[in-house]
Amino acid sequence: MSFSDFQLIPDGASTLASKVDALYFFALAVSAFFSLLIAVLIFFFFVRYRRRIDGPQVGERIHGSTPLEIVWSAIPFVITMVMFVWGAMVYYEKSQVPADAEEFLATGKQWMWKFQHPEGHREINALHVPVGKRIRITMTSEDVIHSLFIPAFRIKQDVLPGRYTTLWFEATRPGTYHLFCAEYCGAEHSRMIGSVYVMEQDDYQDWLSGGRSGLTPAESGAALFTQHACDTCHKEQRTGRGPSLHGIAGQQVRLASGRTLTRDDAYLRQSIVHPGAELVAGYPLLMPTFQGQITEEGILHLIAYLKSLSAPAAEYSPPIPPEGAEQGPSSADPSEVNP
Amino acid sequence: MSETSSVTVHAPGLAHHFDSYEQQKETSLLGMWLFLVQEVMFFGGLFVTYVYYRSLYPHAFNVGARELDVLWGTVNTGVLLLSSFTMVVAVMGAKHGSRGGLLAGLWGTIGFGLLFLGIKYVEYSSKWEHQLVPGLNFDWHGEAARGIEIFFSLYFGMTGMHALHMVVGIAIMFFMLRPAARGKWTPENHNFVEGFGLYWHFVDIVWIFLFPFLYLIGLASE
Amino acid sequence: MSTNVAAEASHPAPGDKPVHYLNWAYGVRSWLLTTDHKRIGILYLISITFFFFIGGIYATLIRLELLTPQADLVQPDTYNRLFTMHGIMMIFFFLIPSIPAVLGNFCIPLMIGAKDVAFPKLNLASWYMFMIGSTMAMFSLITGGVDTGWTFYTPFSTTYSNTYVAPVAIGIFVNGFSSIFTGVNFMATIHRMRAPGMTWFKLPLFVWSHYATSLIMVLGTPVLAITLVLVALERLFHFGFFDPAYGGDPVLFQHLFWFYSHPAVYIMILPGMGVVSEIIAAFSRKPVFGYRFVAFASLGIAAIGFLVWGHHLFLSSQGVYAGMIFSAISMMVAVPSAVKVFNWMATLFRGSIEYSTPMFYALGFIGLFVIGGLTGVMLATLGIDIHVHDTYFVVAHFHYIMVGSAVMGYLGGLHYWWPKITGRLYSGFWSHLSALLIFLGFNLTFFPQFLLGYLGMPRRYHVYPEEFQVLHVLSTAGASVLAVGYVIPLVYFLWSLKWGRVAGDNPWQAAGLEWHTSSPPPVHNFTTPPVLAPDAEPYHYDEELLTGTPSPELA
Repeated sequence: MSFSDFQLIPDGASTLASKVDALYFFALAVSAFFSLLIAVLIFFFFVRYRRRIDGPQVGERIHGSTPLEIVWSAIPFVITMVMFVWGAMVYYEKSQVPADAEEFLATGKQWMWKFQHPEGHREINALHVPVGKRIRITMTSEDVIHSLFIPAFRIKQDVLPGRYTTLWFEATRPGTYHLFCAEYCGAEHSRMIGSVYVMEQDDYQDWLSGGRSGLTPAESGAALFTQHACDTCHKEQRTGRGPSLHGIAGQQVRLASGRTLTRDDAYLRQSIVHPGAELVAGYPLLMPTFQGQITEEGILHLIAYLKSLSAPAAEYSPPIPPEGAEQGPSSADPSEVNP
Repeated sequence: MSETSSVTVHAPGLAHHFDSYEQQKETSLLGMWLFLVQEVMFFGGLFVTYVYYRSLYPHAFNVGARELDVLWGTVNTGVLLLSSFTMVVAVMGAKHGSRGGLLAGLWGTIGFGLLFLGIKYVEYSSKWEHQLVPGLNFDWHGEAARGIEIFFSLYFGMTGMHALHMVVGIAIMFFMLRPAARGKWTPENHNFVEGFGLYWHFVDIVWIFLFPFLYLIGLASE
Repeated sequence: MSTNVAAEASHPAPGDKPVHYLNWAYGVRSWLLTTDHKRIGILYLISITFFFFIGGIYATLIRLELLTPQADLVQPDTYNRLFTMHGIMMIFFFLIPSIPAVLGNFCIPLMIGAKDVAFPKLNLASWYMFMIGSTMAMFSLITGGVDTGWTFYTPFSTTYSNTYVAPVAIGIFVNGFSSIFTGVNFMATIHRMRAPGMTWFKLPLFVWSHYATSLIMVLGTPVLAITLVLVALERLFHFGFFDPAYGGDPVLFQHLFWFYSHPAVYIMILPGMGVVSEIIAAFSRKPVFGYRFVAFASLGIAAIGFLVWGHHLFLSSQGVYAGMIFSAISMMVAVPSAVKVFNWMATLFRGSIEYSTPMFYALGFIGLFVIGGLTGVMLATLGIDIHVHDTYFVVAHFHYIMVGSAVMGYLGGLHYWWPKITGRLYSGFWSHLSALLIFLGFNLTFFPQFLLGYLGMPRRYHVYPEEFQVLHVLSTAGASVLAVGYVIPLVYFLWSLKWGRVAGDNPWQAAGLEWHTSSPPPVHNFTTPPVLAPDAEPYHYDEELLTGTPSPELA
């Protein structure tokens, strides 16, 4: 135990940290002010109005004052609303993942963190990142709920099974910082910890090239795509039994139920794991489920692969067959554009 | 009104902490209504879960619902409505001092209640045979298996909870038969019967919601 | 019939020892089959005291383990069971019943001038529900325990945990009936059993706060009940509500769980606020300032409290805009709480203040509640919660409310009404001393935890990075002082039963109908049922009161 390195707040090492700290100090000041005010007043009244043998034996019969009630309702209301607005702004910034961020992947499982860089490097319970680059981490859990917490960055996000959550940051200061699991997850929850290594950009490049990178997520995904014979039905030019998967990530799609939705990561995951849940219009359910055959990490790789596929030459649109007609894309006009 | 001496002679059927039959009655009924409010919250949690999963798996829920027998469900709805009628007969009997009416009403309600549970048993057995019991005996080939399994989890959870409430109600009615035959409940004081009647009607109303939510959605075209 | 026996017993022959609710009958059956709200209050008092000390033993073991950064006292599995059972025992088997089931049961009929609660047998049933449920949970503890945290998050609790989740869940479910029955009973009692002339705005604020608490008990507890049923179904039969592997949604569990568990914290604090109102008025000898505002603030807290549960899910992927709505509404619940604090302060102003032990507890309550409440506002501030969610900051916040405020409110109430309940006074020296020890020990235990939290120390960790050790040592040191503070009242309260000075009807010279009957009260509470005059006030203090003549307000 060393008193000389005693800190009141952790080092701030991200662009968000100073904003969170500013908000915190404001809230702390307000709280401290009112706590002290009330403590002092209590003490003061306690002494000033104590019952004396020669003094009044009962208090003054004051029943109330409506103006005072309004004042001391309004003031806390205003102060808390200020805190709300300021807090919401910081929170909003934390939740708006920048589109140009580098895409990292993370999987939490009892009881370790697995990270993967876009270049392919994998790390367990450690994360090397460069200063000054915006980084987003798409995360999922293989079992129970975890939560990725990096105190120095002032960020935290729950990591759920069966779903993707994202957090983003931009590191500002080189150093080594704690990384914790912040959602109780069983026996070794306290040991599901690690370190974040923030490096100057040159040092980071050195680190990248020094290590074994392995395949990038997209390359791993391509391998899985072939290994599981996805290309049997999903061909680039819509000649397979399933829709083409080129250029679809992030695009709108019309479902068999009539709804339209965006093909985001969650949708892509669901299509692999529960193909029947949200069928694309114009296609029968032929696709088997791959749940249990591909790991969560594998699914993340497949999604990375799909994101790397650009659209085919012809504009892709799923045809809506007339009622009762034979299902299947091969009979449709590929150039037909959906209204 | 209590006298100044605390050794009061209490009127028959008036509990010592009440001052009048009217106070006793209004308090008892208020208590039962409050209890029913919390029952609404209890079933409400189930309905919220249902609404949420139905919004996630709308097609699967319709498909799953088609596996239920709407005929039996309709019959059961009728049976419960009749049981509410006999319950009213019982309460009216107590209110007007008719021991026969009260007993007939209670027996009738018990009978319809048991009939309901018997039909439920038939339905549940059929589900077991068709392997539609999640976790214990579930097998569905085809699309939407996941949503259908959740549908059946909700089916068993909701109708099971409802059936449990009916079992408790029927048991209470059995315990009511003897005091009813002995004339315990009079026009001045039949709060227990009236309060129980409220409970029984509530259980009926829950079914009125369960029936369309679980059975009738299977009639949808998609 | 016991009724007639009691009726005779309340009229002893002149010169006999007075007969009251404690001595009119002895024997186990007269206690275990009692329908007297006062005896039921005592039954609860004994039971919850037992669970408080068991929960306290868990807390002691936790704090001892946390003295060092390594795991040297217990295995991880054991530690996880310790904090889970500490939470479950303290919340469900101590705090939620505490004030309502002990002090509420005892005092409400007295305060409103009634002979008993509306449903005395239901009252007894509620105690049995409590005993059955808590025994089931204790049994599971002894045979292996639970390690899910008191919050039972899925899918860990439904699929992955290897402990007795279902039995404990069912035990808590059964225990929930105790809350529901108590809530129904109190609401019916307050509506229908008030003495003639006792209109709503003549009720003591203790009664208002219990009415608000009862609203929450009746509306909120059943949602926990159904959630626990679903957890048990999933655990036992894999019904698939909350585990993604079966198609379920773990965040749905969180919504259902917190829909009850947030209002539950208001069940834990509102009664304490009611106690504080009574004590401040009695020991300032002044009416509570802004009576109607305080009364409505209780109802406001109960109502708004049902709308804020999502502030436990800010980082659970519930959605950005949902988070903002919950944050804004959570801010609003702070306002009625602040209003109460200011009204209490104004009650002290120009009062005639007595330095009694209950007053120490009440003032301690206010100070610690302000800190707990303001840190609650900090947690409701989205930008701060990102960093401190699931850290010791949260642990510190809720202990400031639940221990610093609620437990002190309970102890204050116990000290205030002990003479009425037992007819005895306790040692002023030891009671003041233990109040101070509790206050100081408490702050030393939990203030460092705010710092730990912002530094990044996560919750539910039994090993931690070395740099956190200093603060943990301070916290454990405080806990040892706190423990001593809690044990001392056990001693002097028990001592007072035999050797304490006889209290008399109204040792505090306080206003309130409960003080206008004997201590202990007769079986039916009042020898002459009270009737209130039209101009009666709830906290009427006049110099004449002090001479012992009956208040002119009792017609």
